[in-house]
Amino acid sequence: MDKKSEGYVIVDGVKTPINGHKNLLEVIRASGVDLPTFCYHSELSVYGACRMCIAEIEGRGVQPTCSTPPEDGMVVRTNTEAAMRIRRMSLELMLANHHGNCQTCDKNTHCRLQELAERLGVKKVRFEEPEADVVPVDESNQSIVRDPNKCILCGDCVRMCKEIQGIGVLDFAGRGSNARVTSAFGKGLNQVECVYCGQCAAVCPTGALTVKSVLDQVWKAIHDKNKTVVVQIAPAVRAAIAQEYGIPSGEQAMGKIVTALRRIGFDYVYDTSFTADLTTVEEATEFLGRVAEGKNLPQFTSCCPAWVKFAEQFYPDYLENLSTCKSPQQMFGSLVKKYHAEKLGVPREDIYVVSVMPCTAKKFEAKRPEFSVNNDPDVNAVLSSQELIRMIGQSGIKLADLPLDSMDLPFGFKTGAGVIFGASGGVAEAVLRMAATTEGSHGHTPEFHEVRGLDGLKEASITLDGKEIKLAVVSGLANARNVLDKIKAGEVHYDIVEIMACRGGCIGGGGQPLPNDMEAREERKNMIYDCDAVQSLHNAADNPFVKELYATLLEKPNSHIAHELLHTHYYPRKRIDGQPVELSPAKPEEKIPVQVCVGTNCYLRGSYDTLKKLIEAAKQAGVADKLDFKATFCFEKCVSSPNVQVDGKIYGSVTPDKAEEFFKETIKPVIESQEKVEA
Amino acid sequence: MAQATAASEKESRASRRFEKIQAIVEQYGAAESALIPILQKVQEEYRYLPEEILTFVATALNLPPATVYGVATFYAQFSLEPKGKYIVRVCDGTACHVRKNQTLISTVKEWLGLKEGQSTTEDMRYTLEIVSCIGACALAPAVVINGKVHGQMTPEKVTKALEELEAAEKAEDK
Ligand code: SF4
Ligand code: SF4
Ligand code: SF4
Ligand code: FES
Ligand code: FES
Ligand code: FES
Repeated sequence: MDKKSEGYVIVDGVKTPINGHKNLLEVIRASGVDLPTFCYHSELSVYGACRMCIAEIEGRGVQPTCSTPPEDGMVVRTNTEAAMRIRRMSLELMLANHHGNCQTCDKNTHCRLQELAERLGVKKVRFEEPEADVVPVDESNQSIVRDPNKCILCGDCVRMCKEIQGIGVLDFAGRGSNARVTSAFGKGLNQVECVYCGQCAAVCPTGALTVKSVLDQVWKAIHDKNKTVVVQIAPAVRAAIAQEYGIPSGEQAMGKIVTALRRIGFDYVYDTSFTADLTTVEEATEFLGRVAEGKNLPQFTSCCPAWVKFAEQFYPDYLENLSTCKSPQQMFGSLVKKYHAEKLGVPREDIYVVSVMPCTAKKFEAKRPEFSVNNDPDVNAVLSSQELIRMIGQSGIKLADLPLDSMDLPFGFKTGAGVIFGASGGVAEAVLRMAATTEGSHGHTPEFHEVRGLDGLKEASITLDGKEIKLAVVSGLANARNVLDKIKAGEVHYDIVEIMACRGGCIGGGGQPLPNDMEAREERKNMIYDCDAVQSLHNAADNPFVKELYATLLEKPNSHIAHELLHTHYYPRKRIDGQPVELSPAKPEEKIPVQVCVGTNCYLRGSYDTLKKLIEAAKQAGVADKLDFKATFCFEKCVSSPNVQVDGKIYGSVTPDKAEEFFKETIKPVIESQEKVEA
Repeated sequence: MAQATAASEKESRASRRFEKIQAIVEQYGAAESALIPILQKVQEEYRYLPEEILTFVATALNLPPATVYGVATFYAQFSLEPKGKYIVRVCDGTACHVRKNQTLISTVKEWLGLKEGQSTTEDMRYTLEIVSCIGACALAPAVVINGKVHGQMTPEKVTKALEELEAAEKAEDK
């Protein structure tokens, strides 16, 4: 222990050990005083801007404690006149720039701004600003609503997205009274590289970032007599609900949720853990096939839609390595619609599938066009855990007092392996359990504790048929970036990699109730493994209804029909929407458009030089004025980069050394044929 | 034929500008620390920071576009709106304000034909900027036209300065 982390601080007269804490704030909190904060999160870097955590340090005056290292012998007073005055003044200033109405705000009763205004006794705002400054709310996407009018500039979302998720969608812009937190160029989140993980909303202390709700649509479907409304509950939801209502276990919480959902009017209540079991069987089979062929390894998991979108945007070269398995949510949607339509005779369009998910990205996933049949989505609406809590509240049902009920069959039956999907390491462990157990054995299922827990990177290895299989479990996309870059550089080697966007896995999803910090996640994780322990089976391959499904419909894992229903594909995605760079401004309508991609993947493979060479070749040939050159950003064909589009058609692999040849063999003939038409 | 030459002249100007940006990126190295000098050069070339060029810079430097946008909006020297060839800055610091700079602002606006909320003329030749103290308080009210400070301005004097600029440009064209 270094000197600084030893010794004592006197907090309001109480001698408090430093105990290794990195900042004074933690020491003060340990002493029993809950100093308020907006911009401090133990897992993010220290920003020190909100001035809520200030205290008077003897000899130094009033200081923010979150950015002050504790020192032995420090004497601190948290509630001196000056500290209280400054704290309240800072809060009043925030409120002055804040346009919102608590009654209609999504964060009502969970808002730190509201809570602290109450706690610090701010009764009126002295510097109210005119309503004229109200700016538009971003509702461009399925997952997150961004209302800048409620932003207090704490920067929590900025650091979350940059430091933990490694993306940097949001940042500060402008300065002084014009300072704001925004996406690039103020674009909607659907036009930038946001993966909809919702982690920003999980740390935002106000209603500036919230989960987009579709609760009204779900109520409407329930009230519609013609609809059969089917609901699936994701593994991580039970832990969050247990926590929220003070129910001792996730298993009991689940029993009460079933009772509540039936009362509310859902026709069938199922468990996403069932399709998690199915995912395990499909994904393990796929993996063993790849190992046998030595192809597309490492295999990456594909359950997390935020990770999938991240890969599509930032690692298009690895899309072949993603498991082709749909996520459990989407497997459920396509299976259940088929099953209810065929076995129960309900027309597909009258089946309304609702998911209850810990996740905001699942809302986006359900809307991906490939997950629908004739414009009818496999999953109609995705509710977050937060919305489920609201729904229960709206219905007046007292959840904690309800009796337990069990799920409908067959899609309500799961093994423990399906439940642990809710925590980071769960998918990996489910696959390991299956691989390490001989098929059909009802004996002991091995456990893999090394892949459990909230650490951002965990590793394990097992021996299969005398061959060592190396495995990594990653959560947090900054960690994923790190691991991918190392794989790319050949510094590490894995055979299978589980990636979840949210730290700790889905238990910490962006749709989970607040607080959603690491402490809450730790407790939820424990509940998930307790849930696993009380199931009768622990190996996905032992799930009798999964077996039956193969016998009656799916034939065998990775069969043709399984592929049709349970597998999918991915495509490169651009990171930002925008206009190309115009390089030939005069009269473009009479010219043949030639667009060279300078998006990241193409740029890294020399597309800039391709562009330069093409322009040069056009000049040499004296046809520069017949071509309308543009530098553009991503045709979403990154795998074949660098890409060039001539007269609407995209050509791949136009590396600089092939540019001249490409000009002669592709561009020139287009010019000539156009000239012929004109003549 | 003369027309064709003029067109291809314009052509190469557009691609030459873009080439310069890439050359600057290569010169400074694709590092975050080079962002500000790179943006300065971009602004020199384009007279403002076009969105698509900022996206290109973000790509080349491997930075999130929001970071580049953040820096571009933080410094007063950068503009994300296209600017005219000539910049007319009317000082609105305290000293100039009390010496009736408002009549100067309205004179310039009227002379340039700027509508409410518009700061650049449609032909992209002039941009009017209202700035805070430029450090020439002794000469208040002050106007900076094309980088040159004009002190103790009156509506007549500012009009005359603009007319002279116009005449000089015409002479140059010939
Ligand atoms: S949802 Fe995730 S990716 Fe999008 S801005 Fe928030 S933290 Fe960043
Ligand atoms: S959006 Fe929320 S988290 Fe982000 S800076 Fe504003 S108040 Fe803080
Ligand atoms: S880790 Fe889970 S909750 Fe988080 S984005 Fe991925 S699927 Fe959603
Ligand atoms: S929490 Fe310390 S300044 Fe915000
Ligand atoms: S970067 Fe995606 S196609 Fe060029
Ligand atoms: S106030 Fe105008 S120059 Fe100082």
